[in-house]
Amino acid sequence: MKLHINGNEYDIDTPENTSLLDVLRIHLKLTGSKYGCGEGICGACRVLIDGHATASCITPVGSVQHKEVVTIEGLAKDGRLHPVQQAFLDEDAFQCAYCTSGMIISAVALTNKSPKPSRQEIIDAMQINICRCCAYPRIIEAISNV
Amino acid sequence: MNTQQHTVSRRDFIRISAFAGGGLVLGFKLFSSCGPQQEAGVIYELNAFVKIDTNGEVTLMNPNPEIGQGVKTALPMLVAEELDVDWQDVKVEQAGLDTGKYRRQIAGGSGSVRDSWESFRKAGATARQMLINAAAATWDVAPGDCTTEKGQVIHHDSGRKLGYGELVERAATLEVPEDVPVKPIASFAIIGQWIPNVDNSAIVTGQYKYGIDTKREGMRYAALVRPPAFGQTLKAYDDTETLQQQGVERVLRIDNKIAVLGRSTWEVMQGAKKIKAEWEDGEQMESTADYQRKFREIVARRPAGDPQRKDGDVQQAYNNAAKVFEAVYEAPFLAHNTMEPMNFYADVRADGVELYGPIQTPERTRATVAKLVDVPEEKVTVMMTRMGGGFGRRLMSDFVEEAALVSKTAGVPVNLIWSREDDMGGGYYRPMCTYRYKAAVDADGRLIAWQHQSVGTTGNPARAGSFPAGAVPNLQVDAQEYKTPVTTAPWRGPIHNFIAFSEQSFFDEVAHAIGKDPVTFRLEVLEQAKQQPAGELEYDPDRFAGVIKKAAAMAGWGTPKGPNIFQGVAAQYSFNSYVAQVAEVEKRDDGKLKIKRIYCAVDCGIVVNKSGAENVVEGGIIDGIGHAMYPELTLTRGKPDQLNFNTYRMIRMAEVPEIEIQFIESDIDPTGLGEPGLPPAGPAVANAAYAATGVRLRTQPFVKSGLFA
Repeated sequence: MKLHINGNEYDIDTPENTSLLDVLRIHLKLTGSKYGCGEGICGACRVLIDGHATASCITPVGSVQHKEVVTIEGLAKDGRLHPVQQAFLDEDAFQCAYCTSGMIISAVALTNKSPKPSRQEIIDAMQINICRCCAYPRIIEAISNV
Repeated sequence: MNTQQHTVSRRDFIRISAFAGGGLVLGFKLFSSCGPQQEAGVIYELNAFVKIDTNGEVTLMNPNPEIGQGVKTALPMLVAEELDVDWQDVKVEQAGLDTGKYRRQIAGGSGSVRDSWESFRKAGATARQMLINAAAATWDVAPGDCTTEKGQVIHHDSGRKLGYGELVERAATLEVPEDVPVKPIASFAIIGQWIPNVDNSAIVTGQYKYGIDTKREGMRYAALVRPPAFGQTLKAYDDTETLQQQGVERVLRIDNKIAVLGRSTWEVMQGAKKIKAEWEDGEQMESTADYQRKFREIVARRPAGDPQRKDGDVQQAYNNAAKVFEAVYEAPFLAHNTMEPMNFYADVRADGVELYGPIQTPERTRATVAKLVDVPEEKVTVMMTRMGGGFGRRLMSDFVEEAALVSKTAGVPVNLIWSREDDMGGGYYRPMCTYRYKAAVDADGRLIAWQHQSVGTTGNPARAGSFPAGAVPNLQVDAQEYKTPVTTAPWRGPIHNFIAFSEQSFFDEVAHAIGKDPVTFRLEVLEQAKQQPAGELEYDPDRFAGVIKKAAAMAGWGTPKGPNIFQGVAAQYSFNSYVAQVAEVEKRDDGKLKIKRIYCAVDCGIVVNKSGAENVVEGGIIDGIGHAMYPELTLTRGKPDQLNFNTYRMIRMAEVPEIEIQFIESDIDPTGLGEPGLPPAGPAVANAAYAATGVRLRTQPFVKSGLFA
């Protein structure tokens, strides 16, 4: 099947029910999206599917054949970081950073819809994303500064 | 009292700088990552921490495992400070396990900075002196007439300059100078700054590789099916459906577990779910409700065996007391739930073993695995990847042992990956405990007796020196272990994480019961410790009082902020650091509480990295609130009832209060920081909840009380 990921077209030979996360990480070596819970309830594996932040771990790869998938690896353009990536850098908004790519993906989806989100909008949009190290205040601050 | 004034013995230092003599040429670099202005040169290692390229590029080694606590940034900062280089020009690399070069390559006990403070600065200072000596020899001047400035040596009188890259070849041939002094605190230029994590750029672009991302030629992914309940053993299994799963190649029995090997993570996890196994119950198939009942019975009885600590005579004090108080506190099992589940790459061959992945204790793990697969330790290499969290779980090496056994049995390199369900259900929990406290005051409101009696699953649930030990003339600590098949492990701030809750809450109970302000009462008891110490005193009463006063001042303690705002205080001494917190809760119109704000004062000696220090304390506070408020790991006949985040509630963004942190200015050597922020958060919230409602929270998680929104 044909997949459109980060502006590239890939031809993948795998059953349609295979997890999109597995295809990204194993077949395409795009390991920036992380496995966290396998149930779509922690946010670590989030990618943009037609602009929506979506849990790739519970998304069958067959369902994204005619959609545009963007992963953490596809956010920077022409050597320039996406403003959300830059904001996380500036704020040092990480500890173990395992949740970071999912956090950034959720924040990109949010700021695309609402360029200057309020604190409440940020919290509502990011509630699925768990940061086990609890770097939450800096993550909120980073998104506020985009 | 312990002010952590480390000294490095000559023997330690020789070990640290073992590679210095003779100047090891590491080889030509084929590629330079720093653009055309920096041609690739030859890299020399001045000691185990400092490598300099003849093109001027400086690489500092971080020997300790990075679990998110920030050591990969903080430790090289210590070296860079003394080496006198611009932090912007430094590259940091993770070192693998090398006990010949480094000591204590552990992430645990909040000890990395504490233990490295003296030796790492010394290594930087010694390398700098070697570069000065090389320049002095080149110019034929006295080394004392030379100084350094951001990567170059300067001759005072002539103003001549040579870069470290130009000097390193010569420097590496020189004898290693002894007893090189380190900088006075006042001239620190890097230590104490706000320095972001060194891996940030690779992290935000998704390029940074964690252990779970490891993929090598010929490697297979492996999932393991483990007993669903603690105490069970494997009787038989049927793997027919598993072998029909796309991508699954083999199924193997490994002791009491079943390994599924294949081509991808998801495929082997799907295959593992399709195993039909029969498990046999052990003799002790208990539930957490059974433990709770038994623990309450145990602490109600007279303690058995010798006390862990006995100062004066508590019984006699109760007889003479004006008032005696008593309460029972309980803490549940908790899972660590690192976001990156347990995983490890192992390649076990006849001629050696390669271990690669997230581990907090590489040295101990190497020894364990060498024995397990019967390969000499010197033929086992361990490389630590940046970890998606540790919290104590990765002090254990069970998952590395599993990976090694699967690799050995299957004869292929494997990356063994646990699913979230494996991880949450797989044990090594924070122990479940029950405590009974008893305290007495005299007619003047002086605390004259304190008794702590505890029971917990596996291990010691008490800390004999914990506050108010040392301040109370009659004190007794008894602790008992209840053996179960449930595996437990250190969990961020071991023992402190639940003893602080019970101790600081019970102390608050006594204060309220005798009509004393909880801050004033704490300061009075600390004054008792200072004036009339009873038995061994582990903490410095002045530093302890210092953080309590600071947090109280930050919070405007005692000055009502509004009719619906209530405050609670708690403080804990752990890992040689002092942390006090005031929690502020708001009572809403419906009577429910919302945690609004935490004020936190920290005395951890000198702060090495402002960004890392603030980050790890802030995270610790929220982690402490989260685990006091929301989750518990319960068992039914040995089987965990919670296996994923749908039933095990983690704190998320909406529940995070505002946090204000201040560090006490200090010139004392740095003390622990990865854990001390956590313990006071839960009791500060519990004490604020009491102030707001008059209801005393004695059991975690607090959310079960129904007090909170």
